[in-house]
Amino acid sequence: MLEISNLTHTYGSGPAAHHALGGVDLSVAKGELVCIVGPSGCGKSTLLRSVAGLLRPGGGEVLLNGTPVDQAPDNLAVVFQDYSRSLFPWMSVADNVSLPLRRRKLDRRRRREAAMEALAQVGLGGAEGKYPWQLSGGMQQRVSIARALAYRPALLLMDEPFGSVDAQTREDLEDLTLRVRGHHNMTILLITHDIDESVYVGDRVVVLSKAPAKVVGDLRVDLPCPRDQITTREHPGFVHLRAEVGRLVRGLRNPSAATP
Amino acid sequence: MIVRGLLGSRLFCGALGAAGLFCLLEALGRTGVISPAVFPLASTVLTRAAGLAADPDFRADVVSTLGAWLFGLLLTVVVAVPAGFLLGTLPRVERALRPLLEFLRPIPSVALIPLALVLFSDKFEMEVTLIVYAATWPVLINTMYGLKDVDPLAKETLRSFGFGPLAVLWRVSLPSTAPFIATGVRLAAAVALIVAISAELLAGGSSGIGVFLIKAGGSVEAVEYIVAAAIWAGVIGYVSNGLFVLAERRMFRWYGARTEAA
Amino acid sequence: MGRAPRAAARLWPVPAVLVVWELVTRAVGDLSFPAPTRIAAAMRAMWLSGPADRLWLSDAALANIPTSVGRLLAGWALAGVAGTALGIALGRSPLLFRLVDPLVQFARAIPPPMLLPFFMALFAIGARMQINVIVFGVIWPILINSAEGARHVDRRHLETAEVFGLSRGQRLLRVILPSAMPKIFAGLRLSLSLALILMVISELVGSTDGIGFQLLDAQRSYDLPGVWATIVLLGVLGYVFNSAFLAAERRILSWHRSAKQTT
Repeated sequence: MLEISNLTHTYGSGPAAHHALGGVDLSVAKGELVCIVGPSGCGKSTLLRSVAGLLRPGGGEVLLNGTPVDQAPDNLAVVFQDYSRSLFPWMSVADNVSLPLRRRKLDRRRRREAAMEALAQVGLGGAEGKYPWQLSGGMQQRVSIARALAYRPALLLMDEPFGSVDAQTREDLEDLTLRVRGHHNMTILLITHDIDESVYVGDRVVVLSKAPAKVVGDLRVDLPCPRDQITTREHPGFVHLRAEVGRLVRGLRNPSAATP
Repeated sequence: MIVRGLLGSRLFCGALGAAGLFCLLEALGRTGVISPAVFPLASTVLTRAAGLAADPDFRADVVSTLGAWLFGLLLTVVVAVPAGFLLGTLPRVERALRPLLEFLRPIPSVALIPLALVLFSDKFEMEVTLIVYAATWPVLINTMYGLKDVDPLAKETLRSFGFGPLAVLWRVSLPSTAPFIATGVRLAAAVALIVAISAELLAGGSSGIGVFLIKAGGSVEAVEYIVAAAIWAGVIGYVSNGLFVLAERRMFRWYGARTEAA
Repeated sequence: MGRAPRAAARLWPVPAVLVVWELVTRAVGDLSFPAPTRIAAAMRAMWLSGPADRLWLSDAALANIPTSVGRLLAGWALAGVAGTALGIALGRSPLLFRLVDPLVQFARAIPPPMLLPFFMALFAIGARMQINVIVFGVIWPILINSAEGARHVDRRHLETAEVFGLSRGQRLLRVILPSAMPKIFAGLRLSLSLALILMVISELVGSTDGIGFQLLDAQRSYDLPGVWATIVLLGVLGYVFNSAFLAAERRILSWHRSAKQTT
């Protein structure tokens, strides 16, 4: 459903130019959860912003269900890392979640119902009247996941979604992501710098090189489902894969050998 | 590419905007959309403004107003900064006086002009007193606010080295309050100019921008003179505000550095 | 301590000062400084000498106070609406901002009382002239603050709005306007006290009614208690406007204060 071919992007021009993407090729099938990992500053966020239509590609193409992405597509949602800046502090939780549904031409009552349902799914039933800043960081990120779920996107982009919460909350949110994707049959592209996380939640892990970023590894994660924070993480396949991804991220392995 | 570069320049765009406004007003006047009898042509006004700059009477008026304004501001700083320190360092006094200040502050300063007209026979004294009254508030309040913002750790550091309260006041409280005082004085300067011109408008007298306005108001070309004078008043306000901002930036570079880092 | 005793403990200097003032002015007997009781009596005579079914408001009170307050609020509200709309347009268009900003800064630097003779020459004396003076005198802080607020909307907020496909109108109304609101309110508050000043000065210089005119009238007839009484009334009005505004701000911007405290 998502086809990225030879995508490039350069910030600035002349000698000060920063080449963020150096020809990224990637295709994601419907219903897949693909994690993208890479060293920090490698252009992961540039890639996500190009897919979201927030950035015009410098070269190459992004096709979503066959149509080129040149502005924000209407069947796509994003969960940003900095929830406190992505949720609107002047709106209640319910208003934050139902705001995007105005684009779906739903009436007031239906918007409200959809918001309540999404909030219940992320375990925040009863918090609809609160304001985002009255909630903890993890709960705020749940609100922003609920907002994406209520929108019912075909493709969900998550940009370091659990990067700003503590370790325990992080595990809870990883499991939440795995649980809700089952309900909605969504395609998810999740960007992270955490190798363990990418192997734990992903169906596939795509590794990017340092900037200008290229795909240096694409590994299928064949771990039993449903996954579990304890048993999955001690599974020999998990240990093997995270070592493999780790080597790729650090550039210790010949890229071509890792591609299946 | 050149066009884009020029449109990206603040200076060029600002000049373009001003020139555009001038041309628009001139065109509206010349085509008769706005009758020049009601509102003079932009070119007439600018010529008049240039003429005023060479007019010794107008220059004397400006000097008179600016004199009262500067003297009033100076007096304000002398009065309001120590008062702010007194209130800021003695919480008991502050608590006792606060309700009075809260009742006095909302009185619009220009409402005192009629009273001042009765109390003072000398116009300069009256003008300066009104300026001091109006300008005291922003300086006083900013001084008190700045004192609350002083880092207690810095004070304790000095105290731990055995410095007395006066040394702490001089070496920590005053320097770290200074940027707030400067902001207060800048705000006070604008208020002071308002009060000065209002007092002159009401009290009359022999010289001052307000007096010039009264005289101009009686002439046939009233609007022309008034707008030309307003342009110069704008220049004065703009330049003085710019000088204050510049001085604040130069003197308190450390302050900006600290807050940006935080 | 309960609420009332605490207020009493806080406010004791007010009656203390009033008593001292009363004693000193009686002892000195200077006509320019009437005793507080005489000022209060003058206030009563001027505004509260009417029949009981009108809440004792006198003809002068009913004629002058609503006139003045009406002009002030009309000018302030007009400036508020126009200033916010123009400010947001300037804030969201970098080119327009660069073109107009120096002009706006210049216009703000003109002391507002300069407008008074200008509009008096343009229009006759009356409400139209006064409202114009207030509008053009107080619009600049609102305009500049709104532009500032609209320029610095959090980029992530705008991206979120873009990703979820909010229309232009929704972006303006639900994202840009609320995030500029704290700045807009700061501008509105500055303008409110400026509007009061301009209301008074415009009534002192060019009016035949209103509180400012009553003040001038009292001064011309050397009715010093009347002058003091009017100043007190204007102080009370200023206090009421400021308190009402702060209360409204606290309600409308509650999210802003709390959000800042918790993050």
